[in-house]
Amino acid sequence: MLGLIVLVGFLQSWSIALSILCLCLISAVMTMGANIQWGYAGLINFGIMGYTALGGLAAVLVSVPPVKEAWQVGGLNMILCAFLIALMVFGVRFITKKYNKSNKRNYGIALVIIVGLILLRLISGPAIESIEAVSPATTGFLGGMGFPIMFSWIVGAFFAGALAYIIGKIALGLRADYLAIATLLISEIVIAVIKHEDWLSRGVKNVIGLKRPVPYEIDLQTKEWFINLVAKFNQGTLNLITDALEKEQMLKQLVIEGSTVFVKLCFAGLFSVVVIILLIVTQKALYSPWGRMMRAIRDNEEAANAMGKNVVKQHLLIFVLGSAIVGIAGAMMVTYDGLFTPGSYRPMRYTFLIWVMVIVGGSGNNFGAVLGGFAVWFLWIEAAPIALFLINFFTSGLEEANVFKVHLINSIPYFRYLMMGVGLLLIMRYRPKGIIPEKIKHI
Amino acid sequence: MDIINAIVLLLNYIFVPALSYGSQLALGAIFVSLIYGILRFAYFTAGDLMSFGTMFTILFTWYFQSIGISLGIFPTALLAIPFAIIITTLYVLFKDKLVFSYYRTKKSPPVQLAMVSIGTMFVTQAIVRIIIGPFDRRFFDGEKFILKANEFKEMTGLNEGLTIKSTQVITLLVTIIVVSILFWFLNKTKTGKSMRAYSDNEDLALLSGIDPKKVVMITWIIAAVLATIGGTLYGLDKSFKPFTYFNNMLPIFAAAIVGGIGNPFGAFLGGYVIAFSEILVTYAYRKFFIYILPESLEPDSLLQLLSTDYKFAVSFSILVVVLLFRPSGIFKGKVL
Repeated sequence: MLGLIVLVGFLQSWSIALSILCLCLISAVMTMGANIQWGYAGLINFGIMGYTALGGLAAVLVSVPPVKEAWQVGGLNMILCAFLIALMVFGVRFITKKYNKSNKRNYGIALVIIVGLILLRLISGPAIESIEAVSPATTGFLGGMGFPIMFSWIVGAFFAGALAYIIGKIALGLRADYLAIATLLISEIVIAVIKHEDWLSRGVKNVIGLKRPVPYEIDLQTKEWFINLVAKFNQGTLNLITDALEKEQMLKQLVIEGSTVFVKLCFAGLFSVVVIILLIVTQKALYSPWGRMMRAIRDNEEAANAMGKNVVKQHLLIFVLGSAIVGIAGAMMVTYDGLFTPGSYRPMRYTFLIWVMVIVGGSGNNFGAVLGGFAVWFLWIEAAPIALFLINFFTSGLEEANVFKVHLINSIPYFRYLMMGVGLLLIMRYRPKGIIPEKIKHI
Repeated sequence: MDIINAIVLLLNYIFVPALSYGSQLALGAIFVSLIYGILRFAYFTAGDLMSFGTMFTILFTWYFQSIGISLGIFPTALLAIPFAIIITTLYVLFKDKLVFSYYRTKKSPPVQLAMVSIGTMFVTQAIVRIIIGPFDRRFFDGEKFILKANEFKEMTGLNEGLTIKSTQVITLLVTIIVVSILFWFLNKTKTGKSMRAYSDNEDLALLSGIDPKKVVMITWIIAAVLATIGGTLYGLDKSFKPFTYFNNMLPIFAAAIVGGIGNPFGAFLGGYVIAFSEILVTYAYRKFFIYILPESLEPDSLLQLLSTDYKFAVSFSILVVVLLFRPSGIFKGKVL
């Protein structure tokens, strides 16, 4: 797989190859999260998109400096709202604990929720308006904490885990494919909230220019040591040029190219560290008594229950853990892009594609998950050039201006869906356990 | 007078649009529900099958238009639907033969079939986009309005206008016809009864000599018919865009589950439940209250429960509530 990426580096450019590598690593993290839920415990989570977006939101909330004006005009009310929500939750919990299942209890809960919602509306309405009015072109939201963005990778995990806890409480009792639909729809709700609550996330206006954990290209290009490094690497080419002026220009060009590659290399390094840590942890977990218990629950719930294992609790735990890992990936992705665009979270890209990765790679096997993430993402990006090559090959008998051929070439971007679909179907038919199937060590 | 104005207002902005949108969802939800009941898996290709059918309707419409056939005041698409249905049927049967039948004979768990349907979803999506492209297309022709707001105002002398688009009426009529034929088929004919028996208890149905191949085939044919009709009606009413159709899968699933999955009649009603609640919750009631309240009490806010951005979120929240309190759906489907 790495060989293919290196090939892209030689054939296309190193910058493209490295961005593919970075996104492959991020995909691998997401896939590992989904794989923990599906491979270890047999839970289908189609809400990956929601957790990814929440991780991204965490990146914004952690790294963006707070907007002081917005806090002044509406901060108090928003904090009040947070308290109100907490109060509502406790109210509902109190009622459910105190009263037995009855109509009276349902009415009580409904009353608490309705009164709470009206109060929320009254308190937050004016505050939201005034927050969004604070220089809407640049801020118009509360901002974040102003911490380093790397910190958000952990916060993202907590956000996603918290959401997963709530969803798990609601939906985990459902049968498998029901759970899939429910989580898919709930993740759509999450996206809707992130998209339209402008005071929190700027919504579809996007947050751009997030801080980076790695140096910026512009800064690098002026650094002495970096220029020297580039010169050293390209000594061969530089030595060929005799003219001093031309040489300098060449060097400048190389430094600009080199800086983007260097930045991406830094990112790739950071992401690899995350992937390796996660691999070690998940691998340890898989072969620990806990991992064996999860497999037992997956393969025979009733038997595991009879052995005194708390199936519901373990399901919830693994649901939260897997989602938290997806949340890390979401925060990593926003960190890498340097911008948060709620409008770009779509189920096709963030839920179904990740699932293709899980199935193709091999469910239940962490290395399989990583390989699936790499292979599928690589194909997803490189589908267009491959499709172009194939179309040209198969229609080589036709003229250049042939309507059919032109139409096919114009629709090249959509061949990636075809490849994904056919790939998934073939794998499911002929290698139902994935490229690297699950290995179970018998002790 | 004010009361009538208020009622017309609600009719115009809530009732009529919700009724047509609900019908379009209902057609989708019925076939999702049928597939769930008989083939026993969640069919994720639903939205894309609808766009596949609609695409062929559009292609035939273009062909008819190019050779000068039209239906006068009716959209040409109505003429194209039967041809599109044939192609869609062939496509689903081919897909079943090639992909799904293998897992059925192997008795794979439903989850695996659902995953396979995600594979076919990718493929169908690719086919649609490669053939017709991802763009927004309108293919409506013929008379656009049955009743225009101005005409209505002149006729009745009310302040509020009532607009009825011909697509809305067509949607409603076609839905009524299709759904009544379908329920007649399911309840009265022998094949329909055998289908319901198969859905209720597979083993018992097989014992009493029902041919599973036939049941499965009929299910797919019904799915293709409903998908093509539902998709075309949606496209006539709004516009055809593959991405929107893919997204429509979500409210369709919500409708099917709310109505009790595996229960076609519940799914039919579920479609309306979803459509009405989406529009009721996101409508701004200000004007309505201006009409019915005395002047001194006139509201100054929009009186909107949720902004229209949350349209989808509303239907999904209903789904969550239903799942929490009545997991088998409002109209009792399979108990899961």
